[in-house]
Amino acid sequence: MSEKVLMKGNEALAEAAIMAGCRHYFGYPITPQTEVAAYMSKRMPKIDGVFLQAESELAAINMVIGVASTGKRVMTSSSSPGISLKSEGISYLAGCDLPALIVNVQRGGPGLGGIQPSQSDYFHATRGAGHGDSHMIVLAPASVQEMVDLVFKGFDLAEKYRMTSMILSDGTMGQMMEPVSLEIGEINEYDKSWALTGTKCEREPRIVNSLCLQPEELERQNFARFERYKVVEEKEPMYEQYRMDDAEVCIVAFGVASRISKNAIDLAREQGIKAGMIRPITLWPFPKKALSAAAGRAKAFVSVELSMGQMIEDIELAIRCSRPVLLCNRVGGIIPTVEEVLAKIVEASKVGGAE
Amino acid sequence: MTKQILLAGFGGQGILFSGKFLAYEGLVEGRELSWLPSYGPEMRGGTANCSVILSDTPIGSPIVTHPDILIAMNLPSLDKYESEVVSGGKIFVDSSLIDREVKRDDIDVYYIPATKIASDEGLSGLANMIMIGFMLKNTDVCSYENVDATIEKLVPARKKDMISLNKKAIELGYNFK
Repeated sequence: MSEKVLMKGNEALAEAAIMAGCRHYFGYPITPQTEVAAYMSKRMPKIDGVFLQAESELAAINMVIGVASTGKRVMTSSSSPGISLKSEGISYLAGCDLPALIVNVQRGGPGLGGIQPSQSDYFHATRGAGHGDSHMIVLAPASVQEMVDLVFKGFDLAEKYRMTSMILSDGTMGQMMEPVSLEIGEINEYDKSWALTGTKCEREPRIVNSLCLQPEELERQNFARFERYKVVEEKEPMYEQYRMDDAEVCIVAFGVASRISKNAIDLAREQGIKAGMIRPITLWPFPKKALSAAAGRAKAFVSVELSMGQMIEDIELAIRCSRPVLLCNRVGGIIPTVEEVLAKIVEASKVGGAE
Repeated sequence: MTKQILLAGFGGQGILFSGKFLAYEGLVEGRELSWLPSYGPEMRGGTANCSVILSDTPIGSPIVTHPDILIAMNLPSLDKYESEVVSGGKIFVDSSLIDREVKRDDIDVYYIPATKIASDEGLSGLANMIMIGFMLKNTDVCSYENVDATIEKLVPARKKDMISLNKKAIELGYNFK
């Protein structure tokens, strides 16, 4: 283990991207993710990398498409309103089957909203972000260490499946400091015979493009893409279980909400309520099987989220509505308190018991 | 042992920095810790606060809502957080900026005119570290022995002259009678 250092989540994430081989960053400032861009602006010039503050979010995401088409690791980051602007480019990335890493340090919305933490871009991230049929791999860190680990993972999965990975973080994860070990994992090499690297007049040109006017061909591309997505859904769901062995009330929460929930679960256990948590680390693919298995024992589920009941739909789908799912949420930049989550656990234990 | 600490005051008083000191103390001691600042408009002149948790076990929520220890460096902070301190907890008050006493009687309260001491001693802007020294003396949150190592880790080499000033401020707080 390398020595632990203290870093803000946003800075640790940026350093991890550099360690993962990213040498191209394009961004546009917005709170609460500005530290990512600031860190990149300091580090990239020292390592022969590119830091470019684009004239807009749209420009930044299109620069990402440019670098991604050459097969290089590339990243952009923003916060909710900026990610909306990038959505067109996210769809083009999917249409071109290009790997890239996009970071969304979420803030309260809709519209310009506020600058305090939120998870209300859940639908936007997990349903493919842009227009057309597509998905992103969505990774939700719950500690500064995971801000590092999931950047590695995000780049790796993006290249493995030729997809966009998104780190769906929030203001709390971005701003907090925790001891973190900056350790570089093995960087896997994947086939990049699609990358635009210049023919040097030695090979046939390659084309990266999302325009396809032949319906049959466009349909074929979509079906092929979704075959790949199916593999991702089968192989790549990640989650953590917390005190789930005998849990009768199962909390589902990610990011900062999962941190609050751990405290609430410990307090509930002290009161004799068997509570536990499944924390999705990938929001897409959603850990459906783990939830479905938990429904065998759990009497009720609680979705703890900083949004108006978005993830709750995925929970209900995963367990086929076989158990009641309660919602414990705050929005607008407010984080649920431990007491609020505890009260919902108590309520859930009664709902479940009445069955 | 888990200690939840809330540091609060005006933006510009070095609230986040003093919180960072505690975080680095935790790092030096190899403990679990989290540091979470308030961020946004309140950093620019309004109230600023900072949650620090030091623990021997993994930390769940990084947000301190019911502190074991409150360091209050202005009146709005004391007004806002006095009632949130856990029973049996401790409040440290900068009495040169807060002209009322703590009303609760189920907690230990420590008063120190930190801002006045800082300006008297030519340590203007370091009242935050005087508060930290005073707190170290009156709690078992972390050890005084590691102050030097922590400060040296925390203050960047290019601001070397600040190292001794920070140490002096902590010492003044620690030895305050």
